Amino acid sequence: MSFVATRAAKAVGLVGGQRRSVSKRVVTRAKVRELFMPALSSTMTEGKIVSWLKGSGEKISKGESIVVVESDKADMDVETFYDGYIGSIVVPDGGTAAVGEPIAYIAETEAELEEAKSKGAGGAPAAAAAPAAAPEPEAAPAPAAPAPAPEAAAPAAPPPPAAAPAPAPVKRADGRVIATPYAKKLAKELGVDLSAIGGSGPNGRITASDVEMAKSGNGAPAAAAPAAAAAAPAPAAASSAPAKSAPKPAAAAPAGDGEIQPFSSMQSAVAKNMEASLPIPVSRVAYTITTDKFDALYKRLKPKGVTMTALLSKAVAVALTKHPIMYAACTPAGDGIIYNEHINIAVAVAMPDGGLITPVLQDADKTDIYQLSRNWGDLVSRARSKQLAPDEYSTGTFTISNLGMYGVDKFDAILPVGTGTIMAVGGSKPTVVATAEGMIGVEKQMTINLTTDHRIIYGADAAEFCQTLKAVIENPDDLTM
Amino acid sequence: MVSMTTNAGFRAQARAAMAAPRSAAVRRSSPSLVGASESALTTNRKSLYNRNATCRMIGHVDPRPELRSHGPVSCRAASYDYDVCIIGCGVGGHGAALHAVQQGLKTCIIEGHDIGGTCVNRGCVPSKALLAASGRIREMQNEMHLKAMGIQVGSVSFDRQGVADHASQLASNIQGNLKNSLVAIGVDIHVGMAKFVDNHTIAYGLPGRVDVGGQVTAKDVIIATGSVPFVPPGIKIDGKTVFTSDHALKLEWIPEWVAIIGSGYIGLEFSDVYTALGSEVTFIEAVDKIMPGFDNEIARLAQRTLITPRNIDSRTGVLATNVKQGVPGVKPVEIELTDFNTKEVVDVMEVDACLVATGRVPFTQGLSIDKIGAETDRRGFVPVTDKMEVLGKDGKPVPHVYCIGDANGKYMLAHAASAQGISAIENIKGRPHVLNHNSVPAACFTHPEVSFVGLTEEQAREKAEEEKFEVGVVKTSFKANSKALAELEGDGMAKAIFRKDTGEILGVWIIGLHAADLIHEASNAVATNQTIQDLKFNVHAHPTLSEVLDELFKHAEVDPPKQEGAKKSPPAKSAAAAPA
Repeated sequence: MSFVATRAAKAVGLVGGQRRSVSKRVVTRAKVRELFMPALSSTMTEGKIVSWLKGSGEKISKGESIVVVESDKADMDVETFYDGYIGSIVVPDGGTAAVGEPIAYIAETEAELEEAKSKGAGGAPAAAAAPAAAPEPEAAPAPAAPAPAPEAAAPAAPPPPAAAPAPAPVKRADGRVIATPYAKKLAKELGVDLSAIGGSGPNGRITASDVEMAKSGNGAPAAAAPAAAAAAPAPAAASSAPAKSAPKPAAAAPAGDGEIQPFSSMQSAVAKNMEASLPIPVSRVAYTITTDKFDALYKRLKPKGVTMTALLSKAVAVALTKHPIMYAACTPAGDGIIYNEHINIAVAVAMPDGGLITPVLQDADKTDIYQLSRNWGDLVSRARSKQLAPDEYSTGTFTISNLGMYGVDKFDAILPVGTGTIMAVGGSKPTVVATAEGMIGVEKQMTINLTTDHRIIYGADAAEFCQTLKAVIENPDDLTM
Repeated sequence: MVSMTTNAGFRAQARAAMAAPRSAAVRRSSPSLVGASESALTTNRKSLYNRNATCRMIGHVDPRPELRSHGPVSCRAASYDYDVCIIGCGVGGHGAALHAVQQGLKTCIIEGHDIGGTCVNRGCVPSKALLAASGRIREMQNEMHLKAMGIQVGSVSFDRQGVADHASQLASNIQGNLKNSLVAIGVDIHVGMAKFVDNHTIAYGLPGRVDVGGQVTAKDVIIATGSVPFVPPGIKIDGKTVFTSDHALKLEWIPEWVAIIGSGYIGLEFSDVYTALGSEVTFIEAVDKIMPGFDNEIARLAQRTLITPRNIDSRTGVLATNVKQGVPGVKPVEIELTDFNTKEVVDVMEVDACLVATGRVPFTQGLSIDKIGAETDRRGFVPVTDKMEVLGKDGKPVPHVYCIGDANGKYMLAHAASAQGISAIENIKGRPHVLNHNSVPAACFTHPEVSFVGLTEEQAREKAEEEKFEVGVVKTSFKANSKALAELEGDGMAKAIFRKDTGEILGVWIIGLHAADLIHEASNAVATNQTIQDLKFNVHAHPTLSEVLDELFKHAEVDPPKQEGAKKSPPAKSAAAAPA
């Protein structure tokens, strides 16, 4: 499904006959080694195990991929640096661990396999000790280099209003959960607990549409802790229903009447980035721009595959070439300005499962509008399937968030940490105006709202940029060149 | 052992014979090859009759003691109806018959079911039709992929019956071609189930029919009766909700959820068809991983391209011990799963349909091979020597009886059967020949395809451990191939496994666009004993997918030859020619 990052790496490695390994941390301790949750991106604090490619007791050799980890942005293969045997797996498929926490024990020789296994079995103390021990060697803070984390700011589109009640999903009388392969896959992706919902298929079988229905709010409440739920595999579910329902009220209790749904990796990354934006002093500048010519141009280019996002990004990029400060960033220490070399426009995209990601149009000023549109189409489709490589969502130097298509007039965006400006774009609508000739006319106008890091970008800087951008958008013919 | 020169002579001959194209139409268009085999034929006819002279004399008892020891084996009068009688007209029997005629042998075939056998009627051929149709459907449903090439499609729909008809029409079409190709060159086709009377006499007939049947005699007999799907005990086939590939190929309905027991080629190909047509699939595999026969690395990539992105899941390490039939749309099929190791029932699945793809068993019952002093093994396979001669109960070859294809179980693939048939005819003609099974390619026609020849990397490393040599592995990616990128089909890789010291090719695996067509460069290299460094000098048209292999071979680094004293030529493999 989503392995682009590593696949690309492999393609390079394969040519040389050897493979390049992805960033990973394996820390030595005696002969039985711990395999730690690696930091796959600068913003990653915890990772989810998508699947173990190797099982307990299996032989592994250096450079072999042994586990697929879902970070906040993408799924990646993790390779081992050592030859040996997997002793025990501490964090199973679907489980989550913080970066630097042990996820498995690796024995160097078969003889040590038992020791490695017992380490995992005595899991509680080992796991408890780990967080204390792990950070010191290598799981240090993220690299100091400016690693922009444009976890974009625009609020995600609100979920559509709840649809009509589900047809008639029924739970099986025998308490078993029978779900089709796609339903299971979807449930895993959407974080829906299959044991909590009924099925509309034959004999109460849960189908993909039941899972979607449950997700959209009509289903029974999901269990609170997926980790705990995952511990009970399907066969165990054959045991009586009362036993299963017992833990649920207990888990749900703290939440009162509502339900708690744990964050997905991406949602927690968004939440953390939002909190990190709080200490930054920002100012806001709004501006109104007439878009009649711009819209006309878009209409002309649309049949050639040009998208509004690409066109807007192009206009912004062209305007930015005259205002380097607008795509600069403040140093993490707050003592200087980083003037970026590239105009990389990050555009916030709401994901269908509630996350938010900012695919980046690299060098938008230098790329022609058609290529830009193609790049964008590709980025969005791969973002939806979580296949973006880190440099495809984390290298933006200016962010755009557009809610115009929802008819939003104007809104406020939160500045992503590590960048200087985010631009919130409202919808364009016909407005009665007094023209320069003193006549009353109708023009289509839209409002943009810039949120800037006031440590480096002052109101006047933002206003000057707005002027330039207005000029570009109101005389857009140059954009096609 | 024959001397090197004779050996080489045999090999050249064998190669010329092997090179002779199978279909009559092609043969006409390449006179040079035909000429070569015919000259071989004239020189060999004499030796053939000399060698068998004793057998041709009336009333003469064969002086060779090993032949006399076979009680029921007759060594009888000269006038046989045919030189060769082939029992079974699948791809194996067909290949043998064409080569036999080309070698000047008077040939007949006895077929009890359909001309073309499993492959043409219930196997490779109709399944390719289903895969072709479902592959197009999958492609056209992949909007993003098409959009990336600037193509927009409306909604894509298909007509199940139309797809099914394509498959059945293709099968009957190929069946007709096959029959015509035999009739055109004078092969007699007798209809009926064959039964040995002795090693030169075959009786045939159809149950309940007195108007069909008879008896033929032939100097040599080739058993090519093929195989039928294997159904494990506890599973009852109803042909509707619980079925084998035989029924699935008719595509009578498209279940919403299909459990496929067995994740080998047949299972994988059907998962490709079913998921493209909108079904969800669950694999049930007794081994602890799916696609057990595959090279590990290839299996992993296959998992990512053929399994994970599709609506497929799997239950591994379990046996389907009891399958209860259902009623389509009313009552689900119930499949009882038993842990392979503990033998405990672990779950009962409920699905709409269950395809049993657990391999195939030889179709050898009713042949009466006890009449020629032989017996099938526990699973029903006819034991044979490397030269495809049937082994008698006493462990010695039964004179003049050969067995090829699925019935001997050596390599259950249509083209392997055909190659074995050619090999058997060579041996009949007195030119000892042993087929190198390591040079027989295999392919799985999923989207993308998977193909291989020889060993997996794991098998090669095991062999290296035993025989103390170093293994080299090289890999290339389809992502680096211009043609693959033009097609936006960059998913895939090729890998070659070879001996570091000699460059001998141990195995080649390909997964990616048209992998099944690409493997032949590698398999033919193995068949002709070329080393991997020989292949580096071959030229490939640019830009083509074949450059994936070009790049692969060029990456291979073979150790420089050791110092003068230890210098050795690449090991002469007894691949194409056997010791006489």
